[in-house]
Amino acid sequence: MSLLRIRNLSVDFATASGQFRAVDGVDVTLEKGELLAIVGESGSGKSVSMLAVMGLLPWTATITADEMSFEGRDLTKITPRERRSIIGKDMAMIFQEPMSSLNPCFTVGFQIKEALRIHMGMDRATRNNRAVELFDQVGIPDAASRLNTFPHQMSGGMNQRVMIAMAIACNPKLLIADEPTTALDVTIQAQILDLLIRLRDEQDMGLVLITHDMGVVAETAERVSVQYAGQKVEEQPVKDLFRHPYHPYTSALLSALPERATSKILPTIPGVVPGQFDRPQGCLFSPRCQFADEKCAQTPPVPCGPEQGRALCHHVDAIEAGEMA
Amino acid sequence: MSDQATPAAATRPSALREFWYYFSENRGAVYGFWFFVAFVLCAALAPWLAPYDSAEQFRDHILQPPVWQEGGSWAFPLGTDPLGRDMLSRLIAGSRFSFFVGVIVVSIAVSGGVMIGLLSGFAPRWLDTIIMRIMDIILAFPSLLLALVLVAILGPSLTNAMIAIAIVFQPHYVRLTRASVLAERQKDYVTSARIAGAGLWRMMFVTVLPNCLAPIIVQGALSFSTAILDAAALGFLGMGAQPPTPEWGTMLAEAREFILRAWWVVTFPGLAILVTVLAINLMGDGLRDALDPKLKRS
Amino acid sequence: MTQPIVKASNLARFYEVKDGFLSKPKTVKALAGVDFELSPGKTLAVVGESGCGKSTLARLITMIEEPTEGTLNIDGTEITPSVWADMRETVAIVFQDPYGSLNPRQRIGQILEEPLVINRRDMSAADREAAAREMIEMVGLRPEHYDRYPHMFSGGQRQRIAIARALMLDPKVLVLDEPVSALDVSIQSQILNLLVELQDRLDLAYLFISHDLSVVKHFADDVIVMYLARAVEKASKETLFETPRHPYSKALLSTTPHADPEGKKERIKLEGELPSPMNVPLGCAFAARCWLATEACRKSVPNLEGTDHKVACLHPL
Repeated sequence: MSLLRIRNLSVDFATASGQFRAVDGVDVTLEKGELLAIVGESGSGKSVSMLAVMGLLPWTATITADEMSFEGRDLTKITPRERRSIIGKDMAMIFQEPMSSLNPCFTVGFQIKEALRIHMGMDRATRNNRAVELFDQVGIPDAASRLNTFPHQMSGGMNQRVMIAMAIACNPKLLIADEPTTALDVTIQAQILDLLIRLRDEQDMGLVLITHDMGVVAETAERVSVQYAGQKVEEQPVKDLFRHPYHPYTSALLSALPERATSKILPTIPGVVPGQFDRPQGCLFSPRCQFADEKCAQTPPVPCGPEQGRALCHHVDAIEAGEMA
Repeated sequence: MSDQATPAAATRPSALREFWYYFSENRGAVYGFWFFVAFVLCAALAPWLAPYDSAEQFRDHILQPPVWQEGGSWAFPLGTDPLGRDMLSRLIAGSRFSFFVGVIVVSIAVSGGVMIGLLSGFAPRWLDTIIMRIMDIILAFPSLLLALVLVAILGPSLTNAMIAIAIVFQPHYVRLTRASVLAERQKDYVTSARIAGAGLWRMMFVTVLPNCLAPIIVQGALSFSTAILDAAALGFLGMGAQPPTPEWGTMLAEAREFILRAWWVVTFPGLAILVTVLAINLMGDGLRDALDPKLKRS
Repeated sequence: MTQPIVKASNLARFYEVKDGFLSKPKTVKALAGVDFELSPGKTLAVVGESGCGKSTLARLITMIEEPTEGTLNIDGTEITPSVWADMRETVAIVFQDPYGSLNPRQRIGQILEEPLVINRRDMSAADREAAAREMIEMVGLRPEHYDRYPHMFSGGQRQRIAIARALMLDPKVLVLDEPVSALDVSIQSQILNLLVELQDRLDLAYLFISHDLSVVKHFADDVIVMYLARAVEKASKETLFETPRHPYSKALLSTTPHADPEGKKERIKLEGELPSPMNVPLGCAFAARCWLATEACRKSVPNLEGTDHKVACLHPL
């Protein structure tokens, strides 16, 4: 039984100008103790799909899925009460902005102990000990006295550690990290990523890392799912993905990285991600794809087999054979 | 020259349509809006809508009850007042005064408040402090009391009441404008205008002011109703419009002694004030939902 | 070698900060003595983490603030507040956030023409429009964009507009304050290419402020690494990326993630965080996090020394 299993998840938002499909038929499978990275640009729906799992979307969103289960429990059918007992306990999430994810009115100690009280029902002394233990675990120096500080008295990196401590307070089985290091400096980013990986190993929890940074993906993940305009376009183990991307979007994205540049002018992907008003009929990447033909513009592709990275493309074989260049 | 729209722009809803979408999400706001439209039409067309002149006295029909009560007639659908004047005509005529009060008070308060607020947001620290302390002092008085004092000094009349109310409202706009100016000044586009060499006046009026207007419009709509309410209160206290002006508050005051004998003389002006103020407040809420991006949903 | 267009020596900026209600105001050194020269057609990158003073440097070069100490010479003119207005046309800036840097209530045409309206009063409206339309084409936007508002554009297009506005007065120096860090990778490469093309065509000098070393490695000619208000290392790009000599530069290089899962990882993990600029430790600011620090490092501030490859460290690598 997978820890998290999602089949054909779609999320629509009601906006001023009609329905907007933010997530379009996404599949996610995560085993216990596994590290999956979901990578994509803004508007790729990578955060929205995970917020849907957490049940944190606003009322304007409509969620449809063939299957969305956590440890075999169907998340689409449970009551809000049951959902609350899972979220924050077995499933936790950390966000990009540590400063705004913590309540500035309360000390960090109060906030972490509140989570312990609600989900674990611990008494006061146990809560305090556990909070100190958690702060130690996430590498906050001088843990006991740090419990009494307010979020604004600490740096972004420290606050992110507090967020992680709160997220792992109830020994979750699944941790979703939404761009956890984007707001942090490079040297702090390395510390936080190391911490997340260490905690994953220690607690054997599933970790979903949502990011836009290919470098972070390459250095941390085991399996990578690439999303584009709400669809999953490719999924591969990390080494295979960087060695041999199958989908034209993935390969174009990788070659657009400055560090892979061979000349002063970088290879680019022309155009922009399709929005609400210019969504193509067929393959969503077709307007920007160098290989696109008539078929791509008309018919939506179906995913290839796992040996071709489940690439969502009509022409994987032809591109492979070099016939499309 | 190149006015052809690209497909992307053609399908994107216009700003007005988007505004209406968010506005109409609030059902109460839509009701409020339509009532407000009716109120404005009523005020504009008052002389043609009203069956009689508001000052015309029908001595044979003093304190005649409304049509559905015994003794009422279709000639005076809402009855008559102690001097035999038609209630309906007086109420319709009164909508003019209320609308007039709202418009004048809000325009004086907004224009003055925005100017001072803008100045304060850009002024050196000492001047900013002086302005804000003066505003704090005005705010420290109970608003109606301050308006009363001002009217007492200026003499009771509708014009003076409006001036007094506008002065009382001013600090709200000063604070609001100053706050949004300070927030906007932090933004990069203001810095880049500075780097391009924009002078102080240009920065204030061309760069920053247009971006501060949304919350001011919302506040303006909401204080439109407060202005009507305050004017009515001043009228009731005899410090606003003077009889025989058919101002709703003044009408209430005139009819006070008949409250037990002839309920309609007090109830209808009161209801008119209540419904108008409620409608404008509902509309203001809708405006806030649609214009204030902080509250905008998804 | 061409004459440098910007010469900064010992440039510093201090702020008085009130720490608490009655306490004496403290001096915070946002920038404590930076020297550099920037030549036309070249790109000087300033690299560092948040709070290292790189944005303060941008504010000094763009003449929004006056340096507390040191001298700044742009295009042969000694910069003092009295000549700011005359020098506005020489220096322009592109900001990080493409959403905050364009006035939402102005059309693209107005945004582009504003610098001309302010600085070239004798220019006719028709000439201004022609100049704006020419610039729209130069940065790769379409003519019909002239009448649109900023909210109709994506982040990448907005950044093109911001670049176009910066170039309206034919500046010689362009300060790029993290111009691509808010953009997606596929858009980032488009903007970087545009900047490269514009530099070739207009012989612009770029002061490129960034925290992203992979972009810097691609884009810059020379690099200054800053740490807590001071330059700790200064060298040509090739030298710095191959043989960093300051421990901080080396740590920064090693912690930058590479998009290569099979490359060898030799991360130098820095302990701790940046000290608060309110109470900078005595001596080398990096000493508390440095694995090579000795007693001497905590006593005196090392100077930036060397000829082509300058480093401020007592124990350079």
